[in-house]
Order: sequence, then structure tokens, then C-alpha cells
Amino acid sequence: MTDASADVVATTSRWSPRVRRIMGFLGVLVVVVVIWELYKVVGKALGGVVPGTELRLRPPPDDRIMPHTWDVVLQLFRPVRRNGELTVLLLGKAALFTLREAFVGFVVGGLVGFGLGVAFVRSTLAERAFMPYVVASQTVPIIAIAPMVVVWGGKLDIPQWLSVAIIAAYLTFFPVTINTVRGLRSPAPTAMEMMRSYAASPSQVLWKLQVPAALPYIFTALKVSATASVIGAIVGELPAGFRDGLARALLEFSQQFNAEKLLAAILMSAIAGILFVGIVTWFEHRLVAAAHRQE
Amino acid sequence: MRGIRGNGTWRMVALVGVFALIVAACGGGETGEAPEAAGGGGEAACESVDSVKVQLQWFAQAQFAGYYVAKDKGFYADECLEVEILEGGVDIVPQQVLATGGAEFGIAWVPKALVSREAGANIVNIAQVFERSGTLMVSWADTGITHPRDWAGKKVGNWGFGNEYELLAAIEKFDVADVELVAQDFTMNALLNREIDAAQAMIYNEYAQVLEAVNPDTGELYQPEDLNVIDFNDPEIATAMLQDAIWVEEGWIADEANQDIAVRFLRATFRGWIFCLDNFDECVTVVLDNGSALGESHQQWQLNEILALIFPATNGIGVMNKALWDQTVEVATSQIPDLQGVTIPDSAFRTDLAEKAVADLEADGLDTKGTSYTRRTITLRQGGE
Repeated sequence: MTDASADVVATTSRWSPRVRRIMGFLGVLVVVVVIWELYKVVGKALGGVVPGTELRLRPPPDDRIMPHTWDVVLQLFRPVRRNGELTVLLLGKAALFTLREAFVGFVVGGLVGFGLGVAFVRSTLAERAFMPYVVASQTVPIIAIAPMVVVWGGKLDIPQWLSVAIIAAYLTFFPVTINTVRGLRSPAPTAMEMMRSYAASPSQVLWKLQVPAALPYIFTALKVSATASVIGAIVGELPAGFRDGLARALLEFSQQFNAEKLLAAILMSAIAGILFVGIVTWFEHRLVAAAHRQE
Repeated sequence: MRGIRGNGTWRMVALVGVFALIVAACGGGETGEAPEAAGGGGEAACESVDSVKVQLQWFAQAQFAGYYVAKDKGFYADECLEVEILEGGVDIVPQQVLATGGAEFGIAWVPKALVSREAGANIVNIAQVFERSGTLMVSWADTGITHPRDWAGKKVGNWGFGNEYELLAAIEKFDVADVELVAQDFTMNALLNREIDAAQAMIYNEYAQVLEAVNPDTGELYQPEDLNVIDFNDPEIATAMLQDAIWVEEGWIADEANQDIAVRFLRATFRGWIFCLDNFDECVTVVLDNGSALGESHQQWQLNEILALIFPATNGIGVMNKALWDQTVEVATSQIPDLQGVTIPDSAFRTDLAEKAVADLEADGLDTKGTSYTRRTITLRQGGE
């Protein structure tokens, strides 16, 4: 199986899938833009109501609420206010600030998640004892937890961005734990028996067999967690009244009732998420390939 | 939605569509350090500096210009105060921050603070900064709604979440029949799209946002003539409730050293507001410097209107107008479910500290009543840019 996947990597040409992926991405973008603009044109032609009824179209197809897609992009390169800095600069700085929190949370959450996963696989008792709490922790809405963490952080004189990182970690660890458990248990019983027959120590079994086998599972979780940590960071910023992050920009623009700027901020949040997942994927390719070579 | 300023939860609902459970954890009121050095002021070197925090209801904007100006112009420093201005946020309720010792001073609307008091927050109003309510009911001029009675049979928007009591009181007062109360979101879209006949708006925010929107018929911005406004401060209606006031925790202010800190804080804050009367543009600049995403013309509009909510100040800035307090309490205890049948003691506010601050400023030759204040003409630009 390992050999087969290595073959796939070797035989497929290097640029073709990449080009295809970019084409696919751009294709979807074009479709979304066309649907958006078409909805506006048709909606306006219909007078903003569903034909034959009094029902108003939602969202209303006017420029105030649904600005032209190009106006949103142009807004990025217009000053955020008269004589102010460019919107893209303001949002870029905000995105970097938020990504820093998300990244710290992601790393902490990833390590905690992995550690819990290993502990659960090692000890069924630990799994039985802790798993219900781990699951319970994720059913509590993050917006309920976030203000509490920020308040506690304030009491303990932890910098606010670190409190937010903790919230991001909180969203990160769960998928990693679940998938780590699953992945560490994925090697075939025969492989485990073989390792034991070589008198491999538990940690050798873990690092030489179980972890490499678990990597694809863990990276799947990490990609989920990467987006979750960005969301966690933004939600964590909301109650804190953060000056520098994306949440502030989102709130400020929604309050100003400015759809172009708001959509530009949403666009930037999405780009931040894509960037983060992209980085995780890059590491995935390198690490999983390295693990295969090791085998 | 600036009513939302007063209630953070509202905004979260608007944005995320979910209630946020606010847990005011960690009791224990750590109070500001009580210093021995008292009085002071002027440019005299400080023997010691007192560090205090003030919790706003929302992000930096002209609504809070007085605090930012007092800080940036050094008025707090002149009073030997090191003031940290805590911006509000979605889930930040200043009354709770006060009650848990997170700040010495908090800005809150009177009715909301009264509800918090009833829920156990021991807070007291030491300065009623805004003498007038900023809440309006806005409708299109062509619908001819000029009096609460005209709401009969109409769709009237409101924000709910504690922002609707002035409206409910007016409906009751004029016995308006068949009003269809509609939940209004945090934009003015429902009014702009004529889905509702009247919309709630803060004069310093949402009302301006309508005037910053383009009228598709003319291609120009909407003009004040396009709109009718019902003002709850109108003596004919008189259901206005007091809004931004400075509150402190009762235990904290019981300490004489803290009373001295409070007087110095009020003196510097009032000085900041009075400064804006004569240095309007400079004040707008201070606000813009503290919030990089704010629109310039919108903040000019806001400061202009905020000053009109403060000045003229009947008893000098910050000193409670008892008649308006009584009116607020009357509306609150008749309209707010949590306060029905509750007797609000007059000890919920005190005027001695603000009076002392005002007297000191008068002695310095400052116009604390701002009787000469007249609104400027602000030219709004699209989107408040």
C-alpha cells in the first residue's frame, strides 16, 4: 500500500494537478461571482420581489446590501477612511494579529490533543474516565466559554491575546484527540504483533508504527483544527473588545453598515483560514512522505 | 443599534444569532489602591499617581470623546491620575465589570444600570453626563408620521433587549392602538427598504447612517427633509430615559480617598467634554486617532450630536437633573418587567462629587453649562467616510 501511493506521487506529472487545482478554484470563483451578479440583475429587474407575489427577495438585490463583487475587491485598495490607510493594509494587519493567536492556539491545542490521544490509547481507563468530559467540552458553545476565559485571563494578568489563543486551543484539541486515537489504533493487529515479537518497547511501537500510521488521520484533524482555531480566535476577540484583530474590523464595519468593507473583511478572514490550512497541508505532504520513506 | 452600546449581548445576537451566556466569574472586588496623596490638580508635580480604569460600553467613538480627550490632552495626568480606558465589546457589560472590580468607573445607561442594581450589582451613579436621550423614532416624511399617535396601525421597529422602553411608554401614554411592533435588526435596512414604517435610531449613529446612504431615486444621499423624527425628549412626549452616566461600585466609593479620586476623574473628564465645545475638530481627530476604522464625517456628526445631548447642561455637566431622573424611574418601573413594583431609592445616584467637580471648574472660569452650544452643520459623506 505504501509502495502504491509512492508510485502515484512519482508517476503523476508535477504541474498538471496543481494547474488543475488552480483552474478548479478559479472556476468556482467565477461561478460564484456570476451567480451573485446575475441575482442582482434579475432581482432588480423583478423589482426586488418574487414574481407574482409581494414577497421580498432575500437578500435584497440592491447595491447597499449586495454590492458588486468588484466593488468589494476595489474596497480593499481604497483607504478605510478619508486620508486613512488602505483597507487591505488595515485588514492584513488585523489578519496577522488574529492568525498569531490562532497559530499559538493551534500549536497548544494540537499538542494537547495529541497527548490526550496517546494517553487514551495507552490506557483504556483514562479514555473511559476522560472521554465524556472531552466530548462535553465541545458541546458547550464557544461563545459561552470565550467571555469567561477572557475574564479569568484578565484576573490573572494574562495578556489578552493569550486568552484568545487559549480559546483557539480549546477548539483545536478535540478533532486532534479523536483522530489521534483512531489513527494510533489503525495499524493491523499483525503489525502490532510483529513489533512485539521483535521485543519493541511501547514507545518504539508508538513512534515507529502507530504514529506514522496515524499521521494521515492527525493531519485530517489538523486541517479541521486550523480553520477552527481561526474561528476560535475571532470569536475570542469579540467579547474582549480587541483593538487589533479581525473581529474588531468585522464588528466595526457591520456597525458602520458598510457592506463593501464588511465583505472585504469577511474575504480577508477567509483568506486567513485558507492560508493556514495551506500551511498545514504543506507540512502534511512533507511529513507523510517522510514517514513513508522511513517505513 | 447604538442602544446596543448599552447591551453587548444584543450585538452578539445580531451577529451570531445566539445568546451569549455571560458568566461574571471571580467575585472579590479588588479596588484601586488607596493613596494618601489627596487633592492636587493643576500642573503641580504629583506626589503619587493613582491608576484607575474606566469601562466604556463600546469601541472608541465620539460617544466617548470626553474620556479620550481627557487622556490624550493630559487632563487626567494633571489630576495625578493614570487612566486606562477599557473599550467595550460584544459581551462586555460595564455594570458587571464594575461589580467584579474590573474597573473603577463604568459608563452605562440609567435604565440598564437600574436593572443591574436590582439584580444585585451595588453600583451608584456619580455623574449623569448625558442629560438627553439619543433615541429617535425615524420614519419617511411621505408617511406623515409626526406624533406617536400616527403609529396606529403601522409597523414600528424596535431593537428590544432593553432599548424599547421609551417607545413602549409613548405607545401607552398616547394609547396608540394596533401598533405592530417589529423586531428591528442592527441596521436601518428595514426602514430603507420600507419594510417598516418607523425605525428606532440613535441620533448619533443610525440616523446618520440613513443620511449616509444613497437615495436610488436621486442618486444623492438622503436628506433630513426626507425623514420625520420623533424625539422622546420632546416635552409633549416626555418618555425619554437617561442614558450615558458614570457609575461606580458602592463599596469602593464609600472610601474617602476614592471619593477624592472620583472628583479628580470627573473634573478631568468634564474638562475633556468642555474642551470639545471650543475645539471641535481637534476632538474629532482625537477620536479618529483612537479608532482606525472609523469614518471621519460620521464621527463629526456623532460628536456634534453627543455634545447636544450633554449641553446645555441644566446644573452643569454631570450633575443630575432630578426631574429627568424621576421621569426615567417612572418609565422604568412601569415598563421594565424586572423593575415593576420596585422602589428605586434616590441613593442610586449622588450629585455631591459631580457638583464639587463642576464648582472647581467654574472657579477655573470654564463654562460647565455650555449654554452657548449650538449644533454645527455637518456634511455627511457616503458611508460616513
